[in-house]
Amino acid sequence: MSKATSSPVRTIAAHAVLLAYTVIALFPVLVIVINAFKSRNAIFRTPLMPPTPETFDLVGFRTVLAQGDFFLYFQNSLIVTVVSLFLVLLFGAMAAFALSEYRFKGNTLMGLYLALGIMIPIRLGTVAILQLMVASGLVNTLTALILVYTAQGLPLAVFILSEFMKQVSDDLKNAGRIDGLSEYTIFFRLVLPLVRPAMATVAVFTMIPIWNDLWFPLILAPSEETKTVTLGAQIFIGQYVTNWNAVLAALSLAIVPVLVLYLIFSRQLIRGITAGAVK
Amino acid sequence: MGSLKIENVKKSFGKVDVLKGIDLEVRDGEFVVFVGPSGCGKSTLLRIIAGLEDLTAGDVKIDGEKVDHVPPAKRGIAMVFQTYALYPHLSVRNNMGLGLKQAGTPAAEIEKRIAASSAMLSLEPYLERRPAELSGGQRQRVAIGRALVREPKLFLFDEPLSNLDAALRVNTRLEIAQLHRRLKATMIYVTHDQVEAMTLADKIVVLNGGRIEQVGGPMELYNSPANEFVAGFIGSPKMNFIDGARLGETAKTIGVRPEHLTVDAKNGTWKGTVIHAEHLGADTNLYIDTEKAGLLTVRIFGVYNAEPGATVYATPEPGKTYRFGSDGKVVA
Repeated sequence: MSKATSSPVRTIAAHAVLLAYTVIALFPVLVIVINAFKSRNAIFRTPLMPPTPETFDLVGFRTVLAQGDFFLYFQNSLIVTVVSLFLVLLFGAMAAFALSEYRFKGNTLMGLYLALGIMIPIRLGTVAILQLMVASGLVNTLTALILVYTAQGLPLAVFILSEFMKQVSDDLKNAGRIDGLSEYTIFFRLVLPLVRPAMATVAVFTMIPIWNDLWFPLILAPSEETKTVTLGAQIFIGQYVTNWNAVLAALSLAIVPVLVLYLIFSRQLIRGITAGAVK
Repeated sequence: MGSLKIENVKKSFGKVDVLKGIDLEVRDGEFVVFVGPSGCGKSTLLRIIAGLEDLTAGDVKIDGEKVDHVPPAKRGIAMVFQTYALYPHLSVRNNMGLGLKQAGTPAAEIEKRIAASSAMLSLEPYLERRPAELSGGQRQRVAIGRALVREPKLFLFDEPLSNLDAALRVNTRLEIAQLHRRLKATMIYVTHDQVEAMTLADKIVVLNGGRIEQVGGPMELYNSPANEFVAGFIGSPKMNFIDGARLGETAKTIGVRPEHLTVDAKNGTWKGTVIHAEHLGADTNLYIDTEKAGLLTVRIFGVYNAEPGATVYATPEPGKTYRFGSDGKVVA
């Protein structure tokens, strides 16, 4: 920003607001992480203090890694998230391309229909989904979760991506057609790279709810082999006694993969959010 | 090798008729320019010829062959777009070669053609660059090069100069004209700029509201426009139209070009006051509010000093006025 358009007072005020928000947003995460490294007594006596040499204790992590098959849970969560994400992006982008590129009867209606899922929470259909999964023998499989999450993520993906795909130059697609590229090549080689920022945005918005979801793993795949991390962490929460060390350690561990994925997408994400703001 | 015949082509988008029956013949080696105001259907017609848009009725024949069901890549055409439409992830060389590669042309032949056309357009230093590393003019030359290497029957240009700045536009226009002379290829060029149409075309097709208003050589359109629309569209500044009744004429409208009016401070046909004068150096445009003929634009070659508010007389050159009937067509 140039000197003419910024004043120190306003800059300080803006930073103060942003810092305050950052502190509020990060506070719960920070509390979880610092307490995961403390002994049980310390968690309750000084919950807001960072671990000191006296209170430092890895008992939570030891419990998590010893009890239950936590690596399996992680693996399940990763498989479900990554595969769902891939399917949502692939099918969402393809549907968005069709909606934005081809003129056909009922185009607008189809677009609205595909976007309907944004307004209607998929959990309303839980009973029907469970019956469906029981009937098709998919209960206690990761496939069940992947199918549900793909359905859950598609409406927003189609909605956001079709807006972005409309901005891709028609001339470019036509040039490809004149050069003899197939519609698939045009889609994968010309259009997808140009909407990469939008794809990253959709990826993050899709990924986080899937990774954090407790509802569907609990209902559709609660067996030992198919447990996800969020469900796995529940075994430490008892009706009478809760192993807080283990719960906090499990949650701290659960943050790591999603953080890594986020960092991968974040550079693209920022471009995605600000795209269109400046031409 | 590259004649085109369009027979009664119609195109509708839903209920909107964009093209209302176009008949046109383009001979081998001709440079034809489609010109008209925005929304007249000129780009749609070009897209139909390219096969990027389906037609609602009629026929398009390239070299006598019906191409209604032939995909764009198999029609033997090449197209240059307004926004260049270069593949952002490919180098200039691969941008130019992609179409041939898709068609299964041997690599040696592709190399040869890229070398030839990049030499013609002085693109050799940029062959390994990506489009993002080129200036606007260079990008458009690459787009033209991409069309050249295909050695098409028909070159299609869709407003190729609109995104370039004024100086570059003149240069590129010159290059396209030279290219046509050298290749003797059939070219179809769409523009809304009548200067481009006049300078490039062998044959101009003036379109308006989905119909062809007139087809003819540049000077033919300038000297004997068929109707009021063509008369007003070709020529700059625009022709003056005067209500016939005000002049006591039988024709509905009288047209006279700004360059066919002379101005005198003492006497002449139409007395009026100068409203504004534009001094362009080589010529001067005067806007005169006349008592009898209304607001007139006069183009005077050279410098003419006239203050706004001064009284002057405008006189049309004898034999250089046009008479239009109530349907807009020229009448005797």
